[in-house]
Amino acid sequence: MNLDLSFYNWALFTSYIQKGLIFSVQLTVIATLGGILFGTVLALMRLSGKPWLALPAAAYVNTMRSIPLVMVILWFFLLMPLIIGKPIGVNLSAIITFLAFEAAYFSEIVRAGIQSIPKGQIYAGQALGMSYSQNMRIVVLPQAFRNMIPVFMTQTIILFQDTSLVYAIGAYDLLKGFEIAGKNFGRPIETYLLAAVTYFLICFTLSRIVKHIQEKVAIIR
Amino acid sequence: MTLDWSVFCKDTLTGEVAPRCFSFLFGIDPNADPTYLDWLISAWGWTLAVAGLSLGLAFILGVLIGTLRTLPQNNAFHRSLAFLGTVWVELFRNIPLLVQVFLWYHVVPAFFPWMKSFPSYLLVSIALGLFTSARIAEQIRAGIQALPSGQRNAAIALGMTTTQSYRYVLLPMGMRIIIPPLTSECMNIIKNSSVAFAVSVPELTLFALQAQEETSRGIEIYLAVTGLYVVSALSMNRLMAWVERKVRLPGFITASNTAMH
Repeated sequence: MNLDLSFYNWALFTSYIQKGLIFSVQLTVIATLGGILFGTVLALMRLSGKPWLALPAAAYVNTMRSIPLVMVILWFFLLMPLIIGKPIGVNLSAIITFLAFEAAYFSEIVRAGIQSIPKGQIYAGQALGMSYSQNMRIVVLPQAFRNMIPVFMTQTIILFQDTSLVYAIGAYDLLKGFEIAGKNFGRPIETYLLAAVTYFLICFTLSRIVKHIQEKVAIIR
Repeated sequence: MTLDWSVFCKDTLTGEVAPRCFSFLFGIDPNADPTYLDWLISAWGWTLAVAGLSLGLAFILGVLIGTLRTLPQNNAFHRSLAFLGTVWVELFRNIPLLVQVFLWYHVVPAFFPWMKSFPSYLLVSIALGLFTSARIAEQIRAGIQALPSGQRNAAIALGMTTTQSYRYVLLPMGMRIIIPPLTSECMNIIKNSSVAFAVSVPELTLFALQAQEETSRGIEIYLAVTGLYVVSALSMNRLMAWVERKVRLPGFITASNTAMH
């Protein structure tokens, strides 16, 4: 078995890989930012102590977390056109799916982050006459988010890896870019290897950065 | 919008409603064509088979690699084993599972021709097993490192060799600590087995894709498949809860006071 990488050049990158890489990164960034936003809302609902807010949020999070991501992708791709009434593209479908799916996972991180803040902090806020929202906004969330930054980033790396699952609905992501290049050049083995190396380099580098940040942001008590 | 569950009683070849919903499977009517219900149940079987095989492999390798990473760093051999463990974990958790499945399915058999005869469910199980082994290895490492150092020292003081100290003291204690994260890993492996659809293993996700296309009753099909995934994951959860109760040692540390990610 001999590998022939001679076909791999810059033109191949710009014509096949770049498009997929851009979509994978787009999907990751949108799902991370949106996931943190909606995840925080879900976490605050669950911690609000009001059953009519907490129960639906808990049901949503637990449902999302107990279904394989591939099935969630397929579900949204099936249901979105029925809800909206017109067909939507695979890319938009993938973005909506990941937003909805990641919100559930990020909400668990946010919930753990908020719960890790010592009770005394909340009591101190209350003692100063702060309302619930002031207490959250000024005292709890700033500290919680600082603790959560490394976990958020780890989840983002997992999310970036998971974007490859849009394969199920045929969206053009980084993996698909490599696969199509491999088919067109008749070199599937080399391109799958290159795909693995590319993902590895991206994720490994990011995980090193996370480790570095983890040491920096830790609040010393 | 109404749901039409009769789709599961339909014959997969003719698309007509069959006399029995369960016909082909379990030999109830061996001469009949399989219905979608037969297909669904056999797909569930494939999902459980892939998940089970992967879990066995992941557990054995995970315990081994996790152990290697906690060896006392007192000689060059131990240090190189620990390094090997680190490389293993970093390699398998920084490549997406789907890419790893493609590597095992397309790339590895090209280098090792004797693997070309391997059926795809086996190759997927290897891929999923190795992927999960890296995660279990991290949990085992965390479990062993969470033990008070007195445990290891006590084993040494009793004259145990390194192997004995792991066999009789560190692993039995460490593994009890990590049962909760191990439980979620066991549930993850059922969910992750869905990537097997990409290399045509006839499991639940592939069933969902194909049956949806053939019958156009996507919602009923997806509901059934999703339900079976949830049931499988919950059963795994109950099973592990039973294991946790069975192996509990009265008066010893529990997971509740151990930080784990």
